[in-house]
Amino acid sequence: MIQLNANHFIYLLQAAQWTLLLSLIAFVGGSVAGLVLALLRVSKIGVLRILASGYIQLIQGTPLLIILFLSYFGLGIMGFKLVPIVAAGLSLTLYAAAFLGEIWRGCIEAVPRTQWEASDCLGLNRFQQYAYVILPQSVRLAIPPTVGFMVQIVKNTSLASVIGFVELARAGQIVNNSTFEPFTIFTVVAAIYFAMCYPLSLAARALERKAHAGR
Amino acid sequence: MSYEFDFSFLAERWPDFVAGAWLTVQLTVVSIALGLAVGTVCALLRVYGNRWVKAPVGFYVELIRNTPLLVQIFIVYFGLSSLGLKLSAEVSAVIALVVNMGAYTTEIMRAGIQSIQRTQLEAADCLGLTRLQTIVHVVLLPAMERVYPALSSQFVLLMLASSITSQISAEELTATANLVQSDTYRSFEVYIIVAVVYLALSVLYRFTFWLVGLVLFARKRKLGTAL
Repeated sequence: MIQLNANHFIYLLQAAQWTLLLSLIAFVGGSVAGLVLALLRVSKIGVLRILASGYIQLIQGTPLLIILFLSYFGLGIMGFKLVPIVAAGLSLTLYAAAFLGEIWRGCIEAVPRTQWEASDCLGLNRFQQYAYVILPQSVRLAIPPTVGFMVQIVKNTSLASVIGFVELARAGQIVNNSTFEPFTIFTVVAAIYFAMCYPLSLAARALERKAHAGR
Repeated sequence: MSYEFDFSFLAERWPDFVAGAWLTVQLTVVSIALGLAVGTVCALLRVYGNRWVKAPVGFYVELIRNTPLLVQIFIVYFGLSSLGLKLSAEVSAVIALVVNMGAYTTEIMRAGIQSIQRTQLEAADCLGLTRLQTIVHVVLLPAMERVYPALSSQFVLLMLASSITSQISAEELTATANLVQSDTYRSFEVYIIVAVVYLALSVLYRFTFWLVGLVLFARKRKLGTAL
């Protein structure tokens, strides 16, 4: 048995970088797809609305763990090489898109109707209405809950460990397999996650307070 | 892509899936009930307690809400057993889920309790209600009525998150899937089936909580809106 030493902690910190990278992939991918979903959800075309909400119901009613397994084995079936970071990035993107889409739909709908009517009167077309009137106002509403959701993304990247992606949680398991001091190791792992998530939680709360102060 | 789907293993293995789903339901119902109790008590302490109580409760909530459930489960199962407290996978799973659920419920219930106006408490005092009566009838039930939508979606999220307990080999639905796929090599089919079962469970849970809400909150049933 190997004694727990400083190198183990360095290894954990290096793995935490992969956690951050995976979170970033999920957030960027999820934002792009989530924005599309949010716009589809408020679209004038019924079929698009139904498709988007069907997707959101599907993802929100299935555990992320199962989505991970499905994309890992599904990509394999379609003939792609089984690269854990691709499967993990894809499933976290699908997951984040559903939740961000729903959050942002709420923010778009929260813009008062009168803003739509006024921009109609000014003769703006649908694209101009979104680009110059509605979205700039929804972004202000959307920032606090979006930062809050980033905490969920960081935490949920830990599930990528089940398909063999070596991020923080998986690194903890690996170190534990060689030293067998689970309590210490997983407490350290939890502390590193806390150090990544807590600033985001605090930021979300501060932003929320600021947003409410204006009204 | 020339993949042929083959669900034929279902004929033989469906009882395994039923057993797994049943354990998922048992695990989550117990965790929801206990987690709600923990969260309600913590929320009361956080709103009405003095600062020696508020600080540790706040610490607990922040600690749990900012670390992954997977790591919490590992700490309970592997960590505690290395300290000499040996627990079965199922018991560890319930403990981790209750601790996790308790923290989220605390925040939700706190929002509800803080929305109860002081005047309500004064009115309850004037009517001569005891402290316990005030807490149950004037504070907790109306508070719960207001945050019930948030609570029930948190319950559904917990049911979905219970899949993570498969990682310490609690034999629930996801662990069953892992087992069957390692026997049959039909991984994609197995996880499709399990995804459908989880979807059905989450619809079932939502429907059940809606019914429970109707029974619990008579005023809402009559007026159609929350308090």
